[in-house]
Amino acid sequence: MTDPAPEPLLRTEKLSRHFKIGGALSRRTLHAVDDATLAIRPREIVALAGESGSGKSTMARLLAKIYKPTSGEIYFGERPLSSIRSRKDLLRYRGEVPMVFQDPFASINPVFRASHGILRALTLHRPELSRAERHAEALRALSAVGLSPAADIMQRYPHELSGGQRQRIGFAQALSLRPKLILADEPVSMLDVSIRIGLLNLMANLRDQQGVSVLYITHDIASARYVADRLIVMYAGHIVETGPVEDVLASPRHPYTQLLISAVPDPRVELNISAETDKGEPPRVIDPTPGCRFRWRCPLAIDECEQVTPELRQLLPGHQAACHVAVASEPIRAFG
Amino acid sequence: MSSVRADADSHPAGSATTVGPMLTVNDLSVAYEMDRGAVAAVDRVSFELYPGEFLGIVGESGCGKSTLLFAIAQLLNPPAVVTGGNVVFKGVNMVGLTDKQLMAVRWRDLSVVMQSAMNALNPVKSIGAQLKDAMRAHGVTSADEIAKRSAEVLRMVSIDPVHLKSYPHQLSGGMRQRSMIAMALLFTPDLVIMDEPTSALDVVAQRSLMVQIKKLQAELGFAIIFVTHDMSLVSHFSERLMVMYAGQVAEWGATRQVFDNPRHPYSAGLLEAFPSIRGKRVPLTGIPGSPPDLSQPQQGCWFAPRCPKVMPVCTEVNPDLYSVQDVQVRCLLYGGPAGGTAPADAAAPAEEMSTGD
Repeated sequence: MTDPAPEPLLRTEKLSRHFKIGGALSRRTLHAVDDATLAIRPREIVALAGESGSGKSTMARLLAKIYKPTSGEIYFGERPLSSIRSRKDLLRYRGEVPMVFQDPFASINPVFRASHGILRALTLHRPELSRAERHAEALRALSAVGLSPAADIMQRYPHELSGGQRQRIGFAQALSLRPKLILADEPVSMLDVSIRIGLLNLMANLRDQQGVSVLYITHDIASARYVADRLIVMYAGHIVETGPVEDVLASPRHPYTQLLISAVPDPRVELNISAETDKGEPPRVIDPTPGCRFRWRCPLAIDECEQVTPELRQLLPGHQAACHVAVASEPIRAFG
Repeated sequence: MSSVRADADSHPAGSATTVGPMLTVNDLSVAYEMDRGAVAAVDRVSFELYPGEFLGIVGESGCGKSTLLFAIAQLLNPPAVVTGGNVVFKGVNMVGLTDKQLMAVRWRDLSVVMQSAMNALNPVKSIGAQLKDAMRAHGVTSADEIAKRSAEVLRMVSIDPVHLKSYPHQLSGGMRQRSMIAMALLFTPDLVIMDEPTSALDVVAQRSLMVQIKKLQAELGFAIIFVTHDMSLVSHFSERLMVMYAGQVAEWGATRQVFDNPRHPYSAGLLEAFPSIRGKRVPLTGIPGSPPDLSQPQQGCWFAPRCPKVMPVCTEVNPDLYSVQDVQVRCLLYGGPAGGTAPADAAAPAEEMSTGD
């Protein structure tokens, strides 16, 4: 990172994850994440946006140490994650970097009370706590996520809670571990529109009041703009653009980011038909050849895009894009 | 201030008003008969739809929007039953028709695009086989004709006919959803009912599908009832908009009017719940609380517990639909025993919308 920012909490270096697909004899490989370098600093919400299949969930699972990287490394503070071997260390890491899942109806065990998951996570990840301390910690976490009265909520079963409340339980579970970074994979996409904002506000509160960082994975860049400090845009396994969220959205430098922004339905502004010109071809991530993976959809593609994979380039302070035609002086104009 | 809008109203629906409605829903009620009593999922909904019109229905989960669709297409299964009202489609009351009689109407005159293409398509049959199934079930037996029409409908939705041989898992989410639409268009129906067809897609695929649906509608002239939880999605595409809450129509009128000047506090809240991609970043609050439990009937307005403009009368009187200019609103601010405390034209246009750009 070139800008004078605090030391990153977590960073990745040339992180890749490939999956073998097809039968045992198949040599085809799906490149879910390729050469991704990113950093998340303390007390910041970073939004990771991209379409389905762009590799954003794979990224979350790599960071949660559910998948092993094919190549590259993740550093948590100074420590490379590949050096974590013992179960104790792994539990400790997962307590510091817990995950919140997408579907609050599937991620909470329906046969136990709401307190069960929180208390169990505490037993596993913070074994030093006594029974009474665990209980106190659960109450603290539940109040911090806006569930009150906390003692009453703890006694309820998941079916007695609404979707929004369940997702708050998910956050409480993460928060009770005193995490440094919460990996939130599409935490609001299953919730009703009217209660999403509440959860987004909760993430902002956790950052402001508890000092927690959040990696907010979403395909909804309007909500990313609402809560995030920085935005990372992924396309077909590559990070294509990253920077302060307002800068990226106000003046995108990568054609895909521009396409993504133009496709957001906004009743307050005129329909921008330019998105119609998008060929909408799904990206090719199975045994990809060198070159930009967006080139088939990109109206600005030049010869170089066919041969050379563009690297992230610093175009403006803190604002990088992986595009051969992007320039620092003006936003990209690929669509419309 | 209202900003400039896309020309979503250019569709022939305006002129169609002289033709008379193609679909009339009168006081339709649907209940789920449960052990602990009936739950009214759709409560006295009435509207009419004209040929070639695009009607958007929005609401949160559990507001009855999907049940309403299923009732219109007569696809309800027990424990759901129509408890009142009727659905008149092209002069025939659909409620009470036998399966055989419905068979003649379904797919030929009225087709349904289901929410999740991944679940609605048969995973072990090719797209071509599924198109063929549908055609044979509706009396088309000539192999030539089937092949020709199958290729034709796929081309209509911009899918290469080579995919007739493809299985659903070989297609992207967008293509699956497109092939569902292709299937719905096999017999060029007069009405296509769509239940959140884009909800599994990302914004770019969603936008391109919406543009495609609108284009097909302009070419073929079918009417659309489009159900979604995403109010902003239909803003540029539907001519009229119905906002549902707790099984009832909360607000109902021309899309632009509802968007520019939402009268019902719930519609206003829904619009305020979307962060904007442009303009100033403003803190939003969403709507506090959660949608009501319809199995626990309550006195007064269903929205009262969450309503920022709640009045004492709201918990006592059940609001009717009141006309405010051309919009129907179920809110006691506009009618009822108090006669409506908000003057019709200064009608509390919710919070100022921040256009900001």
